Amino acid sequence: MSGTVIMIEIALVAVIAGAVFGVIIALGRMSKNKIANAICWFYVWFFRGTPLLLQLFMIYFMIPIMYHDMTGGTLTIDPLFCAFVAFSLNSTAYMSEIIRAAIESIDHGQMEAAKALGMNHAQAMTKIIIPQTFKRLVAPLGNELIMLLKDTSLVSTIALYDVLRASKTMASSTGNWVYYLYAAAIYLFLTTVLQIIFDKLEERFGAYEKR
Amino acid sequence: MTQNLKKDPSQVMVRVKGIKKNFGDLEVLKGVDFQVTKGEVVCIIGPSGSGKSTLLRCLNQLERITEGEIYIEEELMDKRVDDKTVNHIDAKRLQALRCDLGMVFQNFNLFPHLKVIDNLTIAPITVKKADKDTITQKGLELLDMVGLKDRADEYPVRLSGGQQQRVAIARALAMDPKIMLFDEPTSALDPELVGEVLNTMKELADEGMTMIIVTHEIGFAREVADRVIFMADGVICEMGTPEQVIDNPQGERTKSFLSKIE
Ligand SMILES: Nc1ncnc2c1ncn2[C@@H]1O[C@H](COP(=O)(O)OP(=O)(O)O)[C@@H](O)[C@H]1O
Ligand SMILES: [Mg+2]
Repeated sequence: MSGTVIMIEIALVAVIAGAVFGVIIALGRMSKNKIANAICWFYVWFFRGTPLLLQLFMIYFMIPIMYHDMTGGTLTIDPLFCAFVAFSLNSTAYMSEIIRAAIESIDHGQMEAAKALGMNHAQAMTKIIIPQTFKRLVAPLGNELIMLLKDTSLVSTIALYDVLRASKTMASSTGNWVYYLYAAAIYLFLTTVLQIIFDKLEERFGAYEKR
Repeated sequence: MTQNLKKDPSQVMVRVKGIKKNFGDLEVLKGVDFQVTKGEVVCIIGPSGSGKSTLLRCLNQLERITEGEIYIEEELMDKRVDDKTVNHIDAKRLQALRCDLGMVFQNFNLFPHLKVIDNLTIAPITVKKADKDTITQKGLELLDMVGLKDRADEYPVRLSGGQQQRVAIARALAMDPKIMLFDEPTSALDPELVGEVLNTMKELADEGMTMIIVTHEIGFAREVADRVIFMADGVICEMGTPEQVIDNPQGERTKSFLSKIE
């Protein structure tokens, strides 16, 4: 049961951090400032181009070794904290691309109309462009959250007891295969609930498109 | 007529001097000069691709000119030489001048996520910090003027094209502009919806609004315009009263354009 809690905790932290920092990285990627643009490009390039498992290992195993090499001391990081950081960094990269695509998909005429009415760039973004992205963000964000939830099984590799590892331990110690089905049931229950919530959200944010 | 009282030929609202605009190697405006005085209605006609939209978009700085000078109410807005800025008003003044220049687009560009009334009030509230109740009241009056008061709480998608364009006109008017720019406001409309939008524009002209209208509606231009400008290939070929330009065109290009369109 505590495995389920860990899984939800990690996915929630990652999705919230990803949404907040994702907006920042997305705006950076679209900004005319070359340095901001390059940094954000590099960030996305790195975190989308390497496996999440590797990112988890780099934080949990690599950093303590580097620390040891540099200072001679030992560093132990709480594995749950490592999971929060790795999943957040990773989902920020994916979400920034989702957010950027949504912003860029808004018709250019909307920004022009806002400017012609005297709005500056920030006003046009917050009042006109970003509100129109909500509907388009719901589905990909729902997918991302479901992916994250399933990917939390990776944390068993850094000494955390998630659902998958717990069921494997139970199954092998009792010899009862049904524990694997329990694990599947937990995943399916959570992803189904998410699916329903996100379908409702999409309908709500898209209400203005109904003729 | 109240119209004549509001006209004031001594008050220049828009003045452009030698403006040129390039998109890369493509020369779209090749030196355009004209001015528009208070209460004047100027219709710009000409074949597509001749730079009419670009000209309007330069007037409110959606595009920057490559060369020339633009004055709004005799205030220098932009002066450039050889693609380099000589003089450009600051961002705050630009915002203020854009408030004075209402713009109506071919594709309406209403804000789909906002109800009709909120389409009208969002910019006054955001830009001018207008009081919500006061501006909503004014918005409803404007909607009444364009005949759409009962649609205030609809989302734009539920309106016809003609209704959407009338909302777009009301939205621009909600900012209390001194000059209205129209870029082919009826070109995206089904023929049976063109009339209602032209009528709204005619009323606006009768009230003495200064207007620059790019249009292919020659009949409308003849009836409403004080002056007609014929543009082709990035230059003004002919300019004068509707009688001069539409009924007795001098240039060959004007003649052949008009014979094709009518
Ligand atoms: N943003 C742009 N980038 C490149 N070329 C453009 C752009 N906008 C317009 N043009 C070109 O400028 C020319 C004039 O366009 P436009 O002003 O829209 O003409 P009109 O409104 O008279 O039909 C066209 O050849 C068009 O392709
Ligand atoms: Mg055009």
